[in-house]
Amino acid sequence: MAAHALLRVPQRARRGEVIEIRALVSHIMETGFRHSQYGASIARDIITNFRCTYNGTEIFRARFYPAISANPFISFTTVATESGTLRFEWTGDNDFTASESAAISVE
Amino acid sequence: MKAAFLVVLVAGLAMADDRRSGYEFMSRETQAMQDDDTSNPAMLWALDGEQLWKAGKPSCASCHADMKGVAARYPSVNSGRLVNLEQRINLCRTGKQHAAPLPYESKELLSLSAYIALQSRGYPIAVQADAAAGKALYERRQGQLNLSCAQCHDQYAGKRLGGSTIPQAHPTGYPEYRLEWQTLGSLERRLRNCLIGIRAEPYPYGAPELVELELYLMSRARGMKMDAPGVRP
Repeated sequence: MAAHALLRVPQRARRGEVIEIRALVSHIMETGFRHSQYGASIARDIITNFRCTYNGTEIFRARFYPAISANPFISFTTVATESGTLRFEWTGDNDFTASESAAISVE
Repeated sequence: MKAAFLVVLVAGLAMADDRRSGYEFMSRETQAMQDDDTSNPAMLWALDGEQLWKAGKPSCASCHADMKGVAARYPSVNSGRLVNLEQRINLCRTGKQHAAPLPYESKELLSLSAYIALQSRGYPIAVQADAAAGKALYERRQGQLNLSCAQCHDQYAGKRLGGSTIPQAHPTGYPEYRLEWQTLGSLERRLRNCLIGIRAEPYPYGAPELVELELYLMSRARGMKMDAPGVRP
């Protein structure tokens, strides 16, 4: 099944307002440090990059590492400048990609 | 006289329901995580469940319009056998969809039960079957530590075991996302964890003993509101 993402982006904001954005994505975030019950090591499978663009301009980027929990939840703030689309992209091991977007209207 | 009556009345009201769900024992931060559907990771499973609900031949959706309040009535007796929600899903799969049953704790089965349980959110728990067998299991000492469920969850509920608060064993939020597990899990998984904790041999998934225990716990929580799929520490 494809990865799911849940976003919390305000639908409306005043120009210049600081808005909080939250994004949750489904991923097992296997650290690569664990072993199976038969002793074989379990390969690392994590999200390595997160990127958020606001009308095409990158406003936030993060690198993820094995210590980050499964289903990573990220929260950050930005300034509402213009109406448009926020696009969220996650990429990681084993060609993992997930993306989701949300519209915002700025008055 | 009047005052004494009032005291009795107030005491009676307090006694009427001093039951608390696991949700009420959690920190404010974990409660906030559950309350917001965009931060509750269990909702990721519910989204998968919705897709599975509409897939398959025939699909679940082609028979069932909705499943409001259904999860609040399980475990329940089906053709003379007590079954929990996961087993009921598999009965439908094998009987009606002619598909292989989904393994316990598989992503698919948990997704379906999360999607069904979500539709019972806010519904009072209303299990009907006789829970006497489960009560006996709950009160039976077992394992190397020779503990019964009742000793922790009745006598010491609200107190602490290591770093965590012992809840009153009211399973209002299953299947639930445990931060400890980093994934969604069923009540059976939680019960097996407890059994391993008291160093007893855990019953296998789907064992009648586990389902009887599930029924007894749900019967203790009868009337309490479902908050599934929940988040628990």
